[in-house]
Formats: sequence, structure tokens, C-alpha cells
Amino acid sequence: MFELFIRALPLLKMAIVTTLSLGVVSFVCGASLGLLIALARTSIYRFFRSIAFAYVSVFRGTPLLVQILLIYFGLPYYGVVLGPFAAAALALTLYIAAYLSEDFRAGIKAVDRGQWEAGMSLGMGYWKNQIRIILPQGLRISTPSVASRLIGLMKDTSLASTVTVVELTRVANTLGAATFRYMDMFLIVGAIYWVISQVLTIAQTLIEDRLARRY
Amino acid sequence: MTTDVVVKVNGLSKTFGDSVVLKNINLTVSAGEVVVIMGPSGSGKTTLIRSLNFIEIPTLGTVEVCGISVECGTTNASKKTWKLSREDRRRMSEIRQNTAMVFQSFNLFPHMTVLQNVIEGLVSVKGIAKDAARQRGQSLLASVGMIEKANDYPGRLSGGQKQRVAIARGLAMDPKVIFFDEPTSALDPEVRDEVLGVMRDLARSGMTMLVVTHEVQFARDVADRVLFLEGGNVVQDSSSSDFFGDNNQSQRTRQFLGRLTV
Repeated sequence: MFELFIRALPLLKMAIVTTLSLGVVSFVCGASLGLLIALARTSIYRFFRSIAFAYVSVFRGTPLLVQILLIYFGLPYYGVVLGPFAAAALALTLYIAAYLSEDFRAGIKAVDRGQWEAGMSLGMGYWKNQIRIILPQGLRISTPSVASRLIGLMKDTSLASTVTVVELTRVANTLGAATFRYMDMFLIVGAIYWVISQVLTIAQTLIEDRLARRY
Repeated sequence: MTTDVVVKVNGLSKTFGDSVVLKNINLTVSAGEVVVIMGPSGSGKTTLIRSLNFIEIPTLGTVEVCGISVECGTTNASKKTWKLSREDRRRMSEIRQNTAMVFQSFNLFPHMTVLQNVIEGLVSVKGIAKDAARQRGQSLLASVGMIEKANDYPGRLSGGQKQRVAIARGLAMDPKVIFFDEPTSALDPEVRDEVLGVMRDLARSGMTMLVVTHEVQFARDVADRVLFLEGGNVVQDSSSSDFFGDNNQSQRTRQFLGRLTV
């Protein structure tokens, strides 16, 4: 298996980069979008709340694979043609934003009402209060669940292989077919996913420790 | 009247759903006055004080603080729902910047150090430079005896210490009046005095204060006036000496006090 790993290494390296960039890009964009949705969901305006509710309902309520296929194969019918990577990144972003928005919302809701009132009594408006007082506490609370989402997202990037993105799973599939050693190739790639997840888990622990110290 | 009026409340009512918490309250507080608000639980005293800086928005009535007035609700029957205008919100924010509130549960910001808590309003609301704010924050912390803890997080403080920091945080905004909402109710008797001591100092320095409290001794010693609330009404509004004097005519008040002082 080791010589197969060495032979596959150049391709695997590229694939790891693709997998990681797909995951990171989607996570960063998805977190930004998710935060906006969480704020809309907790807004005093029914209009924003409804939009956020509908968004989460759609993107959490349908399979990620269907969303990827829709964006890659469906959108071109309406003149929107995206490359494989862009289509996969967009789908992953929209999908993870729905989940992250719920994690953020849970964190925001967990902040004591008195914190909001204390900010108000100092004369803070909505945004100042959110940015200075509520979000720093709420996002801290949501750290563990957000980290879990990121780890899940890293593995979900494997679905991008269905729209010809050359990431880890696709490389395994291709090389498996060329060498007839599917078992070995998927074990190798599975191990790589596992290592990525472990590194993220360790990072999560470090971040949580750091946050806990400053409290 | 020659003294400045700091708080003026006219016909203030507040309902939560079906329950009427405050009924047509009128109240005037002059500069330098210390007014203690007493009453049984559910009498509306906390709602009243929270209405003065609009943490609770009154259902009806006019609240004027530091010369800035906001009219809430409408007596015009054709306007079924009443909404705060942008101008109302601006005024409310201005009132909040001119007042301070001290909460029963302290509500310090746990993600900031003691000093950061105190200067937060100065820096992020009043836009004062960090260095200047820090200096002011340090002198305020010294005045409430908390300077040694300036760089600690609130999680490491005792209740009494937290409340003293909260008072310093309020003072940093240079308020014209401070609202205290049961500032010692969450504290055990031992540390109450350290908070009450700070409040006595404040009263002596001429600060205008409205204090919701059950502390009879504090009210007797420090208050100029005592307001007794029950069932959303002001049952009695009298000078402290009349309120605690033997000639207090209100039987209800005497009954209440009898239970508090034992």
C-alpha cells in the first residue's frame, strides 16, 4: 500500500489542497452568510425573520448532493454557468450557512438579556450592542458546535467529486479505477480525511482553552 | 421652583398583555434629590425605574429626563397601533447617555476586564480616546475601591465587588441621574454595606438618584423622599422623615414597613 501511496502522492497533494480550499472558502463565506441569517432570524422585524426562516428551511431541508447538482447542472439552463469548483463552493457555502446560522442563533440566544439591557443603558444602539457586547459572548458560546460543522463540512467536500472537482475522493476513485486497487486508495484517502479532522479537533481544543482563559 | 428638574413623568402607564403594571404615574425629581422607591413585589417599582431610561417602553405617558422628553403611546383612538419614531429613538438614546443604571444582577460584561467594563461606554458610545478613558476609568475604580482588580475579569469578583464596578461603569458616563434597581438584593448581608457605602458617598456628593430598594436603613438615612408603590399606583409620596416618622398616616405603608424592619 505504501508504494501506491508514494506513487499517488503528487496527485494526492493537489487533491488535499483542493479539498482544504473548498472547505475553507465555503466555511468562511458560509459563516459570514450564516451570521447575517442568524441576525435576521433574531430581528424584531417579522420580514427579516421570515426570510431567514425560509432560507434555513430550504437549505437545511434538502440534500447537499441535490443542491450541488442543481447548481452545477441546473443553473446553466438559466444562463448561469459555473465551473466545477465554483459550483461546489457555492453549494457548500449556502448549505453550511443554514446550519451555522442556527449555531450562531443558539449562541446569541444564550446571552443573558441583562447584557443587552446593560449595553442599552450605556446608550448603545442595536449594532454597537451586537458587535461590542452580544456577539463576542454569543459566538464564544457557539464555538463547539461551529467547530463540529467545520469538521463535517471538510468531509462533505467529497460530494464535489460528483461534479468533477478533482479533490481527494475523486482522486481515489480515478486512481482506484486505473490500478484496480480501490480498497487501498479509499483507505488512504479515508485516513487523510481523518487526519484533517483530527488537526481541526486539536485546533478547536486550543481555541476553546484560549477563550476560556479570558473570562 | 428654582431647582432643576431632572426627571419628570406624566401620566405613565405600562401594560404587559392584559396585566396593568403601572397606572397613570406622575413623578418629579429635582437635581440632587435622592428618591427611594419601595413597595411589595409586583407593585411595579422595577418597571417604573426601567421605564425612565426606556429599557421598558411605557405604554402611555410622557417621560422627560434631563430636559429631553419622549411621549409614548397615543390617546388618539383612530391610531390603533403606536410606534416609536426615529426621532423618539434618537431622544431615548440621548436620555440613556445622560443617565446610568445599576442592575440587581450587575450585568457586567464578562468578556471584558473590570477596567474595560468601566470605559466601554466612554470609548464606544462617547468616542473618547482610549488613553483618556483609561485614566478616567482608573480614577473611578479607585473611588469605589476597586483599582486593584482593574485587570481582572468579572468572573473572579464577589457580588459586592461586581456591583461596585457596575456603579463605576455607570459613573463613567457622567450621568445626571443614576437609577438603581434593587442594587443589593442579590448580595448577602455581609457585602451589602460595601455597596451601600458607595451609594451613600454618591448621595453626599450631590448625585441625583432613584433607588428601588428594600433597605430601610439606607432609605431612612439617605433618601430625601420615599415613594411607596402598590398595585401600579403611587400610594404615598412623602419626605423620608414623614415616611419613617411615627405620624405616617398611611396604614398600608406602616404595615409594609413593620414587616420589613421587624
